[in-house]
Amino acid sequence: MENMEVLKNRITYGDVRAVSKLITMLEAQDPFGNAVVKSLDSLPSQASIIGITGYPGAGKSTLIDQLTTCYRAEGKKVGILAVDTSSPRTGGAILGDRIRMQSHWSDEHVYIRSMATRGHHGGLAKATGDAIQVLEAAGYDVILVETVGVGQEEGQIIDLAQTVVVVVAPGLGDDIQAMKAGLLEIAHLVVVNKADRSDADATVHALRNWVSHVIPTIALNGEGIHAVIDAIDAHQRKIVEQHTYRS
Amino acid sequence: MRETQERKNPFVSLSGLPVARLYTKDDLKDWDPEHQLGVPGEFPYTRGIYPTMYRGRLWTMRQFAGFGTASDTNARFKYLLSQGQTGLSVAFDMPTLMGLDSDDPRARGEVGYCGVAVSSLEDMERLFDDIPLDQVTTSMTINGPAAILFAMYLAVAERRGIPSDQLDGTLQNDILKEYIAQKEWLFPPEPHLRLITDTIAYCSEHVPTWHPISISGYHIREAGSTAVQELAFTLYDGLTYVDAAVNVGLQVDAFAPQLSFFFNSHNDFFEEIAKFRAARRLWAREMEKRYHPQNPQSLRLRCHAQTAGCSLTAQQPMNNIVRTTLQALAAILGGTQSLHTNSMDETLSLPTQNAVTLALRTQQIIAHESEVANTVDPLAGSYFIEQLTNQMEEGAREYFQKLDAMGGMLNAIEEGFPQREILEASQRYQREVDKRERIIVGVNDYTEEKYHSIPLLRISEESENTQLERLTSLRTRRDCAKVTEVLQAVQQAATTRRNLMPYLIDAVKARATLGEICVALKEVFGTYQESAVL
Amino acid sequence: MTVATIPLRILIGKVGLDGHDRGVKLVARALRDAGMEVIYTGLHQTPEQVVNTAIQEDVNAIGISVHSGAHNYLLPRVLELLKEQEADDIVVFAGGIIPNEDICWLKSKGVRALYLPGTPMEEIVQFVRGLHETVLPLTERIGTGKRDT
Repeated sequence: MENMEVLKNRITYGDVRAVSKLITMLEAQDPFGNAVVKSLDSLPSQASIIGITGYPGAGKSTLIDQLTTCYRAEGKKVGILAVDTSSPRTGGAILGDRIRMQSHWSDEHVYIRSMATRGHHGGLAKATGDAIQVLEAAGYDVILVETVGVGQEEGQIIDLAQTVVVVVAPGLGDDIQAMKAGLLEIAHLVVVNKADRSDADATVHALRNWVSHVIPTIALNGEGIHAVIDAIDAHQRKIVEQHTYRS
Repeated sequence: MRETQERKNPFVSLSGLPVARLYTKDDLKDWDPEHQLGVPGEFPYTRGIYPTMYRGRLWTMRQFAGFGTASDTNARFKYLLSQGQTGLSVAFDMPTLMGLDSDDPRARGEVGYCGVAVSSLEDMERLFDDIPLDQVTTSMTINGPAAILFAMYLAVAERRGIPSDQLDGTLQNDILKEYIAQKEWLFPPEPHLRLITDTIAYCSEHVPTWHPISISGYHIREAGSTAVQELAFTLYDGLTYVDAAVNVGLQVDAFAPQLSFFFNSHNDFFEEIAKFRAARRLWAREMEKRYHPQNPQSLRLRCHAQTAGCSLTAQQPMNNIVRTTLQALAAILGGTQSLHTNSMDETLSLPTQNAVTLALRTQQIIAHESEVANTVDPLAGSYFIEQLTNQMEEGAREYFQKLDAMGGMLNAIEEGFPQREILEASQRYQREVDKRERIIVGVNDYTEEKYHSIPLLRISEESENTQLERLTSLRTRRDCAKVTEVLQAVQQAATTRRNLMPYLIDAVKARATLGEICVALKEVFGTYQESAVL
Repeated sequence: MTVATIPLRILIGKVGLDGHDRGVKLVARALRDAGMEVIYTGLHQTPEQVVNTAIQEDVNAIGISVHSGAHNYLLPRVLELLKEQEADDIVVFAGGIIPNEDICWLKSKGVRALYLPGTPMEEIVQFVRGLHETVLPLTERIGTGKRDT
């Protein structure tokens, strides 16, 4: 189908409108869109896919904003998929994560797309995986995926992302026990945000009993962000060495 | 049967408080008038902050005004003074409120629209041209960049040889309610609080009769809060400012007498009256308990009031005159020190001169014809009013406890607590209106097909052009090296704990513009992104 | 999923400098409760920001609130930018303090609907729901992409 080739070409040239439309089709489970994404599958990609998860209010969006600033300084194109819950009752959703990422609005090499779960479980939308592929094909070097962040059942991100970053706020206390079986299990690295708060040290210490990489940050002013980037890079290098992820 | 049937079940106030059929002495069982009321001019000030109240002096009739260029607004000020207005109140345009110069690209289309454009000392000079600054009181509705506009006002006075201790007026300067409700900030909360304590400290030393802050519930109410929320968040903001000033080493009695408040006066007549009375009592009690001031003036809550802009309707705009009259009466029976009455056309545009005059006449009629100002606190002792006043105070105290538990207002704002409470209240109200549980005349009942056209004030593009030309001319005339120097001095001082006011005054005198100073400060202070509450 | 069951995606935000967001938040909530996906952009948006976001998020409509009096500049600017981006299939509606004469003029410029304070939420929801009727099949909304060539 010629139309399909045209759309595919526009995607590979990084045409934002085409990327957006294709993601809409995938969200709608449109057969044409599915066919296009299947044909993209064969294209090679070097993209780093990083999942950002954690409880609501921990600072996931702000961390993504800061990471984006750093990756852009390295000249990398950044694609962001921010997932929020749809209301089970009405199917509606308010998607507001991008408010925290506004510093990049005029940067043509940053793409931000909000996705609603539309009844899908696991912390992501059904089409998130396909949307990642579209962004890879469109030449984004780093793809940051923000999960819903309800805490439990966020496991699916591990299937899609190479590196999973769990963001927590200080003062977790007993919640760490609860997180052990859920979020911490999938974390390659834990970021303790709002590290200027007095109870941050205790949280960092407590977490270090369970996870080897715990990094304190203050996302509002960017403190600690470079350490996060380094840790992500280190993990990505490890993956490449081990060839454990889809090669 | 019919005699006991009622129109509604239950009856609730505008803020959702249940209202009983009848109030009797049983509702005031443990109520001790000596403890809860006292006498006017004395603790706990429930009945008013002065012994004679309006028998001594009527409230100040202060109409908020500003549009177009400084010269346009100067003409409106002179008109209002000639019509018997007793104080000036400046409305600045959106770019000025956001610390942007009129020629900033983001200001496009908004210069002189919602108020007057003031980008430089020269604009401020034009604004007060031929107005004796030592004889009027001037209120300036400015928050984010308040310290800079105040520096301009002080510099104008200095050039005219008026000593700063002869200046009287008010700076709104309340940033907490911006984070909570009105959303016009420049920097993160901490540097903003520092600018506020700098102005408070500066005034306490150099401009002793000035009110460096007007802690405002008006905008919280406009954002959709209940009366209790307005009362609670405003007074708690007030305590936060007192804390901040005490923490930088000021004595409470050195500044607390100059604090002022600003409340909304909304539709529910008795609830509003009770709110004003409860505000005075609660403030006096909390200040006494928390700071033990020596000067009784530190306990007195003095306030300005404005009728509720959000209650006005675009449909059948003449009805707004009646709404405003009732709201104004509530504020006066509540004992306000000054009052702005909205004009009937304000849901459509800035007010025309005729509409403003009518709004001012409304106050004059209440003052001189209704005879309500002849005695102090005429509703005291009413079972209903006293019970409502108690309810207001108790409701606010419950919020105080929650805010204390969250570690104060800054934390609460970061958590989105007051924002969420207000949004829930505003949605509750909207649903009641949509379901016609609340009748708004001309909106969801008694509607008319006909569109009522009234004359509107138009801001000409010419005003914007004039302003841009003036600014361009200023930028070419001034000493650029000097401007760079003063801006560096401001930045340098901002990194220390020194009071910024003298540096800001120097900067505006050198013709550094509002926008330039704000950019310089942002480089030191940073900016702020709200956690949007939905 | 048929077109009718795919949630409409609506961008809701404020352009201009004023911060009065009571109305815009209530509209966002009402649309969510009506089953729509609302992309909320928050305050102080420029027309350029709104249009960029609308394209990245592939919304069906943009709802804008303006209380600052700058509607006669800001709203036509949004329409103009959408046209430049070949995205003028995106419907624009607005609310705020807007005089009647301006409403007529803005409608003639292409703003589909304008709402004053006091409009029942249901009226706005009905309007947006009605957009389902006019939404083109996805494959016909892709545009030519010639801007990138």
